[in-house]
Amino acid sequence: MNQRVLLLYGLMGLVLLFVGFFQSWNVAFGIFNLCVISAIMALGVNMQWGYAGLFNVGVMGFTALGGLAAVLISMPPVAAAWQVAGGDLALSVLALGGTVVAVVAARRAIPRPLKMPATFLILLIGYFVIGVFFGPATDKIEAIDPALSGYLGGLGLPVLVAWPVGALVAAGAGWFIGRIALGLRADYLAIATLGISEIIIAIIKYEEWLSRGVKNVTGIPRPVPYEVDLVQQDWFIGFANFFGASDLSEAASLFVKLCYALLFVAVLAVVMWFAERALRSPWGRMMRAIRDNREAAAAMGKDVKKRHLQTFVLGCAVCGLAGAMLTTLDGQLTPTSYIPLRYTFLIWVMVILGGSGNNWGAVLGGFVIWFLWVQAEPLGNWFMQAVTAPFPEGSQFADHLVSGAAYTRYLLMGGILLVVMRFAPRGLIPERSTGRAA
Amino acid sequence: MEILNALALFANFVFVPATAYGAQLALGALGVTLIFGILRFANFSHGEMMSFGAMASILATWGMQEAGVSIAPFPTALLALPIGVAAAIGMALATDRMVFRFYRKQRSNPIVMAIVSVGVMFVLAGIIRLIIGPDDQSFADGERFIINARDSRAALGLDEGIAIKQTQVITLVVALAVMSALFWFLQKTRSGKAMRAYSDDEDLALLSGISPERVVAICWIIAAALAAIAGTLYGLDKTYKPFIFMQILLPIFAATILGGIGQPVGAILGAFIVAYSEVMVTYAFRKVLAYLGPEGWAPEGLVQLLSTDYKFAVSFIILVAVLLIRPTGIIRGKVI
Repeated sequence: MNQRVLLLYGLMGLVLLFVGFFQSWNVAFGIFNLCVISAIMALGVNMQWGYAGLFNVGVMGFTALGGLAAVLISMPPVAAAWQVAGGDLALSVLALGGTVVAVVAARRAIPRPLKMPATFLILLIGYFVIGVFFGPATDKIEAIDPALSGYLGGLGLPVLVAWPVGALVAAGAGWFIGRIALGLRADYLAIATLGISEIIIAIIKYEEWLSRGVKNVTGIPRPVPYEVDLVQQDWFIGFANFFGASDLSEAASLFVKLCYALLFVAVLAVVMWFAERALRSPWGRMMRAIRDNREAAAAMGKDVKKRHLQTFVLGCAVCGLAGAMLTTLDGQLTPTSYIPLRYTFLIWVMVILGGSGNNWGAVLGGFVIWFLWVQAEPLGNWFMQAVTAPFPEGSQFADHLVSGAAYTRYLLMGGILLVVMRFAPRGLIPERSTGRAA
Repeated sequence: MEILNALALFANFVFVPATAYGAQLALGALGVTLIFGILRFANFSHGEMMSFGAMASILATWGMQEAGVSIAPFPTALLALPIGVAAAIGMALATDRMVFRFYRKQRSNPIVMAIVSVGVMFVLAGIIRLIIGPDDQSFADGERFIINARDSRAALGLDEGIAIKQTQVITLVVALAVMSALFWFLQKTRSGKAMRAYSDDEDLALLSGISPERVVAICWIIAAALAAIAGTLYGLDKTYKPFIFMQILLPIFAATILGGIGQPVGAILGAFIVAYSEVMVTYAFRKVLAYLGPEGWAPEGLVQLLSTDYKFAVSFIILVAVLLIRPTGIIRGKVI
């Protein structure tokens, strides 16, 4: 770590302290928690772009998978749903297994020219057979108390279990897409990830039996105490008095945010430690060699496609982990909130502004950009108010501009990306030059 | 008779709409494939360029409607289309001058250009939402149907009619005209030949005295014009929704890769394949099968492969299949 890193981190810390002193500590810690999650996502993207030069346009999808894992792990199971639909679900799974077996068997037995059509035909038949069991099952599940549940529920395990599971699920999706698109043109991966993220979001949005869809899952169990319980605990009241807190409920909310902050910082530290170790290891050197000159690395006997797949899957896993953490913090899964600007593009801007290829840079980028993102909305509103001030009251043009203020974020983030790419492509904390690397 | 009814039903709900949609996709995919061929990167900002052109057309249409200019029974938007095209061309040349030229001069990695194009995409999206707002806009006027369902039922003597919207016919006619003009340009003119040469082998083209800046400028002009036309036709046929243009990127890229990157004919072919599969897979065949089956019988379910919510999954499946089976596309394109 050099002086520049310390200076930039110090400045970021000062800004957060400033918010704490002048706005409120609750706001400051609220921003800080999301900054940490953003930093983890940025680390994931940095593994893909910074280490290997892979362009993942589907970060949103992998984060959403993590969020879905949080729901499926931690929500209590809906017993009624399993009762009415369990049999049909089991039959659907059987049918699915049967289809897979039939496809594998057919591909072994049938000679080459007929292989494709036969596979296709079996898949089509299998699809309809599964539908016969699955359609009624989903209808039954969704019919149970639709206002409150109407889905299968989860496993009822502690939500912390969901974090590694979210990482695993996202890694699986990453492996699937990477197997298909890596090793071809670099842009193919970008396009394929764009596709899979749209589809993951569509599944979460429309498969109500799984995720309640647009009805949202709320009240995901927390890994930390609830405010309402805290204010009744004697030790907490004593604790709050010790620090001279005037408002007990505010102190409780601050305490909860602090707990989250500790958890998140611990995860960030672990991920960061692994990321740095990986980057400094022979593996990291090999990744950089592949990124900087693919042909040369391949000529040296490195399996480029396999290494790319490895780092792509790792990056997706980190994004999934961050997604599960985010859903845990929010306490709810709202599929409509997943938009590419917020979950894909923003993360990209973080990595590129921070310094692609440098983990410290990616983390700093996560902090800076998230802070700007939160503060951009009030700034955008203020800017639009200022611009439209000279217009007469009730002017249509002015109203139109004010209503569009939320979209200044698109302009701001796109603008930052273009300016950084053009004038400071190495970012705030540039990658260490290979000569001095440990 | 029953078979004819089934055919009419199929034509009404699948063939006609899918053809119009395919034509719109083809115009978009042509632009993407040209940029792939000449500038050698995946242009993610193409969807928003369509949106930008459509927006300019809409604003011009509103202006004309206000001024009482009309070419009824045709939609006013046709008259406004050149303004939309001009605006998109201006925007494309401006972004090239301000953004893409720098990376071209540096001979940057294509993936860097793709990232930059995502930046351009968001800037354009912001501009569009600031100017016209995030809401849906309807700007179609003029006659709605060329043949409406009731008349065609009477004329054919069937239970099912075939309705053809005017916007669908306009889409097809305009798309055909634009595509023929494009192929004439690429095959017959000096500039078109220069473009093809540049796309085939950049260094050889430079040696032959072809000006790269000129080729690139022409490429942007054509791509932007195609984008504006595609966007306006899409908005005219359905309604103009600013948010749809980020999602339409996927079918367009699928069509481009399916047809073979840098292959205009392939792009058109791919676009129609994507459009027909998308509409067919998401259409419920229940009624069609009821006509084809025995009297008084109907299938129990909807006989729909995928619900319309998943129509983008169709493009994705096509994309995955192409990448697995034939990554070069139908007409062998550029694959590194």
